[in-house]
Order: sequence, then structure tokens, then C-alpha cells
Amino acid sequence: MVNWTAEEKQIISAIWAKINIEEVGAAALTRLLVVYPWTQRYFSNFGNLSSPTAIEGNPRVKTHGKKVLTSFGEAVKNLDNVKATFDKLSQLHSDKLHVDPQNFKLLGDNLIIVLAATLGKDFTSEAQAAWQKLVGVVAAALSRNYH
Amino acid sequence: MCMAPKPWTFLSFPETKTYFAHFDLSSGSRQVQAHGKKLADALTLAVSHLDDLPAALSSLSDLHAHKLKVDPINFKYLSHCLLVTLARHHPGNMNPEVHASLDKFLSYVSNILTSKYR
Repeated sequence: MVNWTAEEKQIISAIWAKINIEEVGAAALTRLLVVYPWTQRYFSNFGNLSSPTAIEGNPRVKTHGKKVLTSFGEAVKNLDNVKATFDKLSQLHSDKLHVDPQNFKLLGDNLIIVLAATLGKDFTSEAQAAWQKLVGVVAAALSRNYH
Repeated sequence: MCMAPKPWTFLSFPETKTYFAHFDLSSGSRQVQAHGKKLADALTLAVSHLDDLPAALSSLSDLHAHKLKVDPINFKYLSHCLLVTLARHHPGNMNPEVHASLDKFLSYVSNILTSKYR
């Protein structure tokens, strides 16, 4: 089980409450596909990903970004039980989607950069530390059932 | 502004502190600030030599390989914190394309600084 301090939990929830899931989710996924173009390998059926502009305007990217971040929210709501929360999703990513777990780290770090850009000064160093821990925990939980 | 990434790196990635056991790492530390400035100056130098980075960073590369021996993962941590700091301070300017260029630049600099490791 992960050791969260009361402060870390409070920081994570407070930031989660402040953000627009749809916008932040879309922005994080967009960034992943633009900054690390090789991640596009998992989205060959998403249509036009040929340029940053195309990616930023792609409706499937927006929808999927929202889906991914909504799912991430399950971790925020179940901080004491992230492993169990993502048990099935981990299996899915391993056995069906065949996603290299390194991508969970890439997306997590991108999410943090989007949070920093969205919240500015409100994204304190303590906030980053708490969220780095969270994205690490989520990445580990999603990687857990790979075999 | 460029002083910021160091203390942030220490907080989010505490393992990075192992290279600074000889420093005062308390909040507001002058040593940390001074070292942050050294880093910022090196990056400024790099920016003005984008077309001949290996040559411009050659002595820094020697230093990291033969003296400092910082594990390569740490360049990723610091680069990430630099991007977070820039995003915080210039949210309007850190669009995905700018982010991609900066990430590519920092990645290239990191590669050069670890290029003589073995």
C-alpha cells in the first residue's frame, strides 16, 4: 500500500477539483502525441495525426484524452487502493492494447506539465511532488499485470 | 526564474539530492541558488550554439564523465522540472510545439553531457 501523507492527499484532491477534466485530458494526450510522436503508433485509427495542428484539432484525440483522464480520476478517488482499482485496466493494456508501460510515465509527466501550465503559481513544488508520486503510482498499477 | 528547477527537482525526485550531500539543501540555500545559476548559464551557452552543441559542451561533457559521474536518469529529472517551471511561468508560451522543441533540445544536451561516459 502507498503511504500518503494527509497533506499529499489534500493537495491532490484540491488540484483535481480545480481542473476541467475534458480540457486537461485532451491537452495531455495531445502533448504526448506531439512531443513524443512515436506514441502515435497506438492510434493509427484516429485519423489525421500528421501535424501538431492536426493533432490539436482531432476530435478523437479530445474524446480519448477525456476518457483517459476520467479513468485517472479513479486513482484520485481511491488513493489507498490504486492497485486494485486498475487491476482490470492493467490487464487490458497488457493483453489487448499491448502498450509499452514506458508510455504511462510519458503521459504522467505530460499531465504534470499541463497542470503547471494550467495552474501557474498555484502549482507549487509540493503540488508537483505529490502529483509525481501519484503518476508514478498509477504507472506502476497499470504495469502490474504485464507478463 | 532559472533558480527554481533545482529545489523542485530535489522535492519531486529526492534521489537527486545524493549528488549534493556536501551542500546546504535547506530552503533558500545560497549554494543551491548559485548552482542553479551555473546550470542556467550553461543552458544559455547551449542555446547560442545550437549548430555546434557537441563542441560547445565538450568540456562540460568531460567534467560529467570523468569527475561528476551523475547517473544519466538525473538529466531527465532536471529537464522535466525545467519544463514544469517554464510551463508555470509562461503558460501561454508553452504550447505543444514549443514543448516539443524544448524537450528535444534538453534531450540533446543531456545526451552530449553523458556521451563520454563509456
